[in-house]
Amino acid sequence: MIKIDARNVDFYYGDFHALKQISMEIAPNTSTAFIGPSGCGKSTFLRLFNRMNDLILGTCLEGAIMIDGRNIYERGEKVDELRKNVGMVFQKPNPFPKTIFENVAYGLRVNGINDSEYIESTVVKTLKQVALWEEVKDKLKESAFALSGGQQQRLCIARALAISPSILLMDEPTSALDPISTGKIEDLIHELKKDYTIVIVTHNMQQAARVSDKTGYFYLGELIEFDDTRKIFTNPEKESTQNYITGRFG
Amino acid sequence: MTPVQKMGHVDANKRIAQKTAFGFFTFLSYLVVIILFVILILFVILGFIIINGGKVISWEFLTSAPEDGMTFGGIFPAIVGTLYLVLGSSLISFPIGIMSGIYMNEYATNGKIVQFIRVMTNNLSGVPSVVFGLFGMSLFVNTMGFGDSIIAGSLTLALLSIPLVIRTTEEALKSIDDSFRHGSLALGASKLQTIGRVVLPMAFPNIITGLILSVGRVSGETAPILFTVAAYFLLQLPESIFDQCMALPYHLYVISTSRTDIEASRGMAYGTALVLVIIILLVNLLANALRSYFAKKVKMN
Repeated sequence: MIKIDARNVDFYYGDFHALKQISMEIAPNTSTAFIGPSGCGKSTFLRLFNRMNDLILGTCLEGAIMIDGRNIYERGEKVDELRKNVGMVFQKPNPFPKTIFENVAYGLRVNGINDSEYIESTVVKTLKQVALWEEVKDKLKESAFALSGGQQQRLCIARALAISPSILLMDEPTSALDPISTGKIEDLIHELKKDYTIVIVTHNMQQAARVSDKTGYFYLGELIEFDDTRKIFTNPEKESTQNYITGRFG
Repeated sequence: MTPVQKMGHVDANKRIAQKTAFGFFTFLSYLVVIILFVILILFVILGFIIINGGKVISWEFLTSAPEDGMTFGGIFPAIVGTLYLVLGSSLISFPIGIMSGIYMNEYATNGKIVQFIRVMTNNLSGVPSVVFGLFGMSLFVNTMGFGDSIIAGSLTLALLSIPLVIRTTEEALKSIDDSFRHGSLALGASKLQTIGRVVLPMAFPNIITGLILSVGRVSGETAPILFTVAAYFLLQLPESIFDQCMALPYHLYVISTSRTDIEASRGMAYGTALVLVIIILLVNLLANALRSYFAKKVKMN
């Protein structure tokens, strides 16, 4: 079974050919890491899965991206429906200037859910899911800005999980965090993998090795190699991959 | 020979350094004097108005109509008229200005059109206010047939303040980081929901400051209401938006220039000026207070 299926994807920013003929199949309930030097297109590829690149003017996509068997770029596909199913966590924690409770409830509210009991139970459930509940249970009515960076990032994960997506995209979720917070998020990824399909972009190769089942190596807009994480890090097929993971460049 | 030459060199350097430092401190002290002078001017103006106007201001002055050719009585109709005009112009300019600002910053994608609108808005805010007055007279008073009326005056004042409102709204929205928008959109929120629930509440403190400052501006304008609404003297308060009204700045203008016994109504003029200054001062203080209040509240919500 395939959760995300990218077929011959080409992507352009204006004249710049950012992604070249990328095909990839991602199985459900796995975690997949994208690695590669800056500007290689891994974030761009990730952002295609929830159509965040639509927000950038002058971009153009060729090929198809199927999620659960539907081409998400088909005319008539609803972007907001897609984004409900495909959650995203950003590089920098970006909680809203609202209370902790309202941050998590936001996704439910904008999707038309008003049942306050359901909202409350979902908020509690997702905060427990991201292991933040114990730390914030007494200050749900306080501003989310009062939390530390690592807590904010877990809050953002909770916010994404509250609307029960099936896929969770993470764009360098720990690059702004300290090692302890990073460890917590990585534990969380292990935990979440059981219920969600996780795709994570990371600059940190140890992180990719720790959290992912499969790893894709991108270089200059091409998917050089995509295989089991263990194989990529121990016995890659391509020399370019070998050079990158051993730190000879990038 | 060499050491001596070197010594001379050091002396020269030292002298330059001393000269620079001296010049710098001289400049600084001039600067302080100039700043003090500017502050002094402000205090003299305010003090002058307060001392002269303070003698006249009383509860009666604020709540009764002018009498005896404006030499006695109060300025109540003018205060009410100014409030009506501020209210009327705000009702028109706030929605239009805020919505335009939102459109320009959040929706418009064509850079050239936005640029064009922005240049035009800036030009508009540079147009002398008396030109707005003439335009308002020609369009609202004559062509649209409102006559000299609160509605015509409000529309004219609204035209004057719309560029200001657009500009501050746009600036306020621009200062909101895109990561908040993206965070909201990524949760399946529509663009309208994102603007309504995340962007506007965050921009609100800055927007409201702009709105209140535009109120301050509107309440002090004389030229735009000169030909469109302001009445020289009215016995009763306006009863509908198609009536004329008195207004503080125009009242001040009238009693200090034409057709009245200027000497006899001098006190009234100072009183009026003081009331006007106080209103604008209060408006500005209110803007600051609301701004910090909402800034706190937005973080908490």
